[in-house]
Amino acid sequence: MIGGVPLADALVAALIVLGSVFALIGSWGMVRLPSLMERLHSPTKATTLGLGALLVGSVAYFQLVKGEWTTHELLVSVFLFITAPISANLIAKVHLHRLHLAEPNEPASVAGVPLPPPSGSGWATYEAPHEDTPGDMIGD
Amino acid sequence: MNRLLPHPGLSVLLVIMWIVMVNDLSFGTLFLGLVVGVSVPLFTAPWWLGRPKVRFALVPAYLGVVLWDIVVANFEVAAIILFKPNHALRPAWLTIPLELRTPEAITVFAGTISLTPGTLSSDISACGKYLLVHALHAPDPPAEVRKIKARYEARLMRIFV
Repeated sequence: MIGGVPLADALVAALIVLGSVFALIGSWGMVRLPSLMERLHSPTKATTLGLGALLVGSVAYFQLVKGEWTTHELLVSVFLFITAPISANLIAKVHLHRLHLAEPNEPASVAGVPLPPPSGSGWATYEAPHEDTPGDMIGD
Repeated sequence: MNRLLPHPGLSVLLVIMWIVMVNDLSFGTLFLGLVVGVSVPLFTAPWWLGRPKVRFALVPAYLGVVLWDIVVANFEVAAIILFKPNHALRPAWLTIPLELRTPEAITVFAGTISLTPGTLSSDISACGKYLLVHALHAPDPPAEVRKIKARYEARLMRIFV
């Protein structure tokens, strides 16, 4: 008991507050960071710890307060961890493509336009994968 | 291990996923899970040609490192968002030379980079030898590249053989 509140409730409340604080910081980052690529860091990251803490809080609530096991939160986090990098990657690729096409209303990131890879070939967004490379569909 | 279970790792994963999804550990759940775990790899085996061997014993240690880094780096990014003014921010594009060669390994590597806060994998070179990564705050890009390669790629090289 902490000040008349059962320990389990206090733990669950602390986890929910921690998760919400990280989600809030992530959203604030969306507003204040300078350009698209920097802003992209903010929502993809808030999901990791912010949502992680909320989900652990949910597991703790069902286990400690309701006395039953739930494993669905585990699946939610697994699917989030699989999908978050992919959506971020697609947004980044669209951004690169628009930079490449010199869309007039596409401001470059503060880091500028990325240099081409040192191998002499371009980035995969700009040209088809070469033969005998991991993305090449011909030999697969 | 080969005809009936072409992909034992995937089978185990599917059975665990099934039990977690149904949220109940009874004989019926386990049986249905086994049916799914055996039949899905059996029917999808033609699309899994040339996949790398995975050393599953090393996977938990890797997951531990990544989860720990996610927690630590989340606090770092939160600190950047809250306290670092935009003019002090040094975003940079990093070009990471890849030693991993299989698509599975590169996908895991790119996903890890995106999940650990502060870095975001954006593209791969058409020759498959370089990864384009955007860093939120990297005052010293070469050092950042070395850190990522040493921490994640070296471990993945040992997992995917």
